[in-house]
Amino acid sequence: MLDVVLRVFRGDGTSHEERVYTVPVVEGMVVLDAIHYIQHQHDSDLAVRWNCKAGRCGSCSAEINGVPRLLCTARVDALMAEGDIRIGPMRAFPLIKDLVTDVSYNYAVAKQIPPFTPVDEPTPWRMYAEDVERLQEFHRCIECFLCQNVCHILRDHASPFAGPRVLVKIAALEMHPKDTLDRSAFLKDAARVGMCNITKCCTEVCPEDIHITDNAIIPLKERVADRYYDPIQWVLRKVTGRS
Amino acid sequence: MLSDMYETHAYDVLVVGAGGSGLRAAIAAAEGGASVGLVCKSLLGKAHTVMAEGGVAAALGNVDPEDDWRVHFKDTMRGGQFINNWRMVELLAKEAPERVDELERWGALFDRMPDGRINQRPFGAHTYRRLCHVGDRTGLELIRTLQYKAIHCGIGVHMEVTLTRLLLDDGRAAGAFGYYREDGRFVVFKAKVIVLATGGFGRVYNVTSNSWECTGDGIALAYEAGAQLMDMEMVQFHPTGMVWPPGVRGILVTEAVRGDGGILLNAKGERFMERYDPVKKDLSSRDVTSRAIFLEVQAGRGTPHEGVYLDITHRGPEFIKKRLPGMYHQFLRLADVDITKQPMEVGPTIHYAMGGVRVAAETAATNVPGLYAAGELACGVHGANRLGGNALADLLVFGKRAGEAAAAYARDGSAGRIDEHECDVEAARLLAPFEREGGENPYVLQEELQSAMGDHCGIRRNELQLSAGLGRVQELRERSKRVSVRGSRLFNAGWHTTFDFGNMLTVCEAIVRCAIERRESRGAQWREDYPNKDEALGKVNLIAYNDGGQIHVTTAPILAMPAELASLFEEEAADVGRRA
Repeated sequence: MLDVVLRVFRGDGTSHEERVYTVPVVEGMVVLDAIHYIQHQHDSDLAVRWNCKAGRCGSCSAEINGVPRLLCTARVDALMAEGDIRIGPMRAFPLIKDLVTDVSYNYAVAKQIPPFTPVDEPTPWRMYAEDVERLQEFHRCIECFLCQNVCHILRDHASPFAGPRVLVKIAALEMHPKDTLDRSAFLKDAARVGMCNITKCCTEVCPEDIHITDNAIIPLKERVADRYYDPIQWVLRKVTGRS
Repeated sequence: MLSDMYETHAYDVLVVGAGGSGLRAAIAAAEGGASVGLVCKSLLGKAHTVMAEGGVAAALGNVDPEDDWRVHFKDTMRGGQFINNWRMVELLAKEAPERVDELERWGALFDRMPDGRINQRPFGAHTYRRLCHVGDRTGLELIRTLQYKAIHCGIGVHMEVTLTRLLLDDGRAAGAFGYYREDGRFVVFKAKVIVLATGGFGRVYNVTSNSWECTGDGIALAYEAGAQLMDMEMVQFHPTGMVWPPGVRGILVTEAVRGDGGILLNAKGERFMERYDPVKKDLSSRDVTSRAIFLEVQAGRGTPHEGVYLDITHRGPEFIKKRLPGMYHQFLRLADVDITKQPMEVGPTIHYAMGGVRVAAETAATNVPGLYAAGELACGVHGANRLGGNALADLLVFGKRAGEAAAAYARDGSAGRIDEHECDVEAARLLAPFEREGGENPYVLQEELQSAMGDHCGIRRNELQLSAGLGRVQELRERSKRVSVRGSRLFNAGWHTTFDFGNMLTVCEAIVRCAIERRESRGAQWREDYPNKDEALGKVNLIAYNDGGQIHVTTAPILAMPAELASLFEEEAADVGRRA
């Protein structure tokens, strides 16, 4: 039987090492299967988050050979052609243990987003497929936080930046046909959308193929620019007195 | 003081579980004026609801104006083979449309019809096109909408917490004890009311569509606290799970594939469902379709990996990628199968628990004062077989009802007293596996239990196999007393599995004991030694309860349907008679 060598990050905030495991390969195996094999046969205390094992819940985010991915959709057969498989935790978040990190930041920021605030119209609402389908791209987000993990603003800057996932959520709200709120002040001052310099790393790692930069972040940047930095709009506001 | 010993939180209402029913209950309880704590075993938004694909059944009548709650009621009762709680089914059918509408008021976006109303798709054993859906990721839309609604309701969310014991005060729910998965520290929740919404227990089987969390925790907690369980033998096999490759065996292939035109074929290319259900064919109910697939494979007409084919290639790539994007990617990524060009290989997979905690129809109250239960964990709506789309309707309708009832109960009541000694005893029990050395591996025990259930209490059952299965469960219970784990309490997966496994044992024993007692074939319960329905057993539910530490099974009569509901079936019989 064919074996695969896994080099797995083991440790916590105080000390860590790369531990080497040999795992027998089964047809169609994904990296999460190999991690489970290690838990069952070698180290039962190996920490990993997972739920659905079908690429739908976004729990098993980690880094495979340095690339942010879901463990449950990464095929061992494709990876082992390149040699040993290195598996580590997401690097942008504080480590808890092994492959598990503290992702509470994402939940804390999500809570600050001004929520859906609908029009005062009786339901059921009529909404049209073309409006809805545009937003369903954003609603596909499985909150795996891989985009947050890879974002160099979040990795390298101490100043607050909400991150791609949060901006996707805000875009979904701002473009909702029945939402009434203007979140441009929040976008500018709290989410700090201006800090994104459009390297598109987030788009590259999104397992749901959401065009995060093009379809969510850039339109939000334009919204803030129109609202705060457009000289014609500025003059109009001064003249009409409307904000 | 208790709070000196353990981290302690106090709420009016404690909701356990943050899938659809838990979130909906928490929102309702908060809107009812209660302070609410929400505890979940995973991160928020990851619960098994996220996996629901096909849709939520609600008789909006958008696509088929003939549809209304009466038809939904009749379809559901008939699907459940009439051992459902008819009052719960009535509430489900009447209230589901309002619950769907409410989701859109909270920001959800369902797929549309050309005129802008919510689109509805056909599903197995639903008379009309009834399932409101978002492609094949309806559960994700539902849980995300509820999640973002809930976090703005002032609810205290405690993620990655496992509760291991409900604490009672003179027989009444007073709180719960557990630990944070992150670092293993203990935590006590005091509450006037507890709503259990921990979902199902598919993980007690080896081939299942369920995520790891579905270990029946709430059912075991409720049972230990004295709550009655009902119809535990009724475990649904979904007809279409993936069968290959081995690592993905059991993962769900949504019924929407068949709703959108997919057909089942055996290895000889025959559309075999025409033989098992000439009227509904591929959209027959799940129990019938699962048995048909099982029998085709048994008869040697299965695929190389012991399944059957599910083919939707005739609908064309554009349609498939738009309507079933999740399925398209799932097969491409995990099985190297392009479903726009090739058929899928599928077979039955454990999917849903119709049985669970017995509750009052209107309030979701259990027989334990102050303890409520909603969603898959509760029993009553689905009877002997659940229709697709009714699970999401169930958790919205009864999640809300449970939350409202809990808030009302909390308004009238005071907090119970928590016995510190009971907490100390529980803490010691939880730490014991660290103190043993060279004992049983919890993962090995769990795998053995899953195999035992597959072997002895699967789709086709008989008394001999079930009795042997009971023996294996009891033997595993003995061995579970010798589990040892190593490492620290810091996010220790093996240690966590130890307690999941304990809950699974209780659930399994209840399933097997009920399966033995129901000596008939009805819905999901298929007894080869009792191949027919038994009229007397069609008039009772099986009740399992804790009798001095032993699981005891008895029966409870099903109340007669009131005349106005019963007449719905008579009108139909008369219609059929007239047409004939």
